[in-house]
Amino acid sequence: MFGIATLSPPFHGAAVVGIVLAEALVLYVGYGGLTRIAGPELEDAIRDR
Amino acid sequence: MEVLGVAIATILLFVLYGGMVGVVFGFFGMGSFLVTPALIVMGYDSRVVVGSGLAFVFGTAVIGTLRHRDFGQVDYRLGVVLIAGTVFGIEIGKRAVLLLEAVGVASLVVASTYVVLLSAIGAFVVLEARGTPMGRRVPVPSWLNRPRERLWSLWPRMDLREGETVSALVVFGVAVIAGVLSGFLGVGGGFLRMPALTYLFGMSLPVAVGTNIFAVMFSGAFGSFTWAQVGGVDLSVVVPLLVGSAMGARIGSALTRLVDDDEMKLHFGSLLIAAAVAVAARQTGELLGIGPLRTVSLAVLVAAATVVSGLVVYSGVTALRARPSDRAARAD
Repeated sequence: MFGIATLSPPFHGAAVVGIVLAEALVLYVGYGGLTRIAGPELEDAIRDR
Repeated sequence: MEVLGVAIATILLFVLYGGMVGVVFGFFGMGSFLVTPALIVMGYDSRVVVGSGLAFVFGTAVIGTLRHRDFGQVDYRLGVVLIAGTVFGIEIGKRAVLLLEAVGVASLVVASTYVVLLSAIGAFVVLEARGTPMGRRVPVPSWLNRPRERLWSLWPRMDLREGETVSALVVFGVAVIAGVLSGFLGVGGGFLRMPALTYLFGMSLPVAVGTNIFAVMFSGAFGSFTWAQVGGVDLSVVVPLLVGSAMGARIGSALTRLVDDDEMKLHFGSLLIAAAVAVAARQTGELLGIGPLRTVSLAVLVAAATVVSGLVVYSGVTALRARPSDRAARAD
């Protein structure tokens, strides 16, 4: 997966850490933005039902 | 249908399960221990179970640290000692798993350790929630005060951010033990470090949480790096789990403002025991050659995680509905 299987062990290890770190940063920023935009609306919608 | 060689149904299962683990993690402050049993009952190799568990812990800790950084809830000096000890311990834990793997008993030993640990912590949480004497905090006996003071005065000593002075050697020792468990079981080790930081070193809960998660981020990165080099990290497991857990953790932590966690303790303890039962069923099935037990164990684990995370969300929604809407308040 992600084409890193052929790398030597230290580079493979570094690539795995880099991919997980990049994913975590993207999710933090992405979900943070989504929460700011949709959070208050969703909260009001649940309360008003 | 497949994406990058992985069935879409499997990816969706991991995203959903990650979401449930995230809700539990965000609400109760720990939950990564649910990932390893799931991978065990799904039949993954022991090194993939531990390595992928650690990579998941790393990703979760990165997000958690980013959320804590603005609140100044990290004791960096203590964090560095914790990182050094944990990294040392992870290497010991990893070597132990590889040694057991060479003998052919790694899966059995890792799973058995999990069953014992989850049962013990689960039983303690359930008993505490039910208010039995076991749950009451026992005062430290006076005869223990002198050895405790001697232990605390061991050189070199270090000042904590909140004013306490403790032995750096003791901090390092606690971190090594947590690291061994971390490297051996593929968990963050927070269930061991957190009580140590609060009860032994007298730290406040917010700073203990922030410092612990800061240390977990570095030790998780080291664990992922070291396990990935021996083929222990399966990104087709870690990536979808993180997608689900990052959102679930936001929901879970938001619900802590609405739901009293004491009400949920019994469910949390039951979840731990269910995870232990699932792993035990899987291992029994393997040893006795009973195939259906594998399905039963997966069903037990997924059902327990679904019920507990569902109860947390349901209680949060109910509490939210009971409050007046901001919009309605503004209209008034």
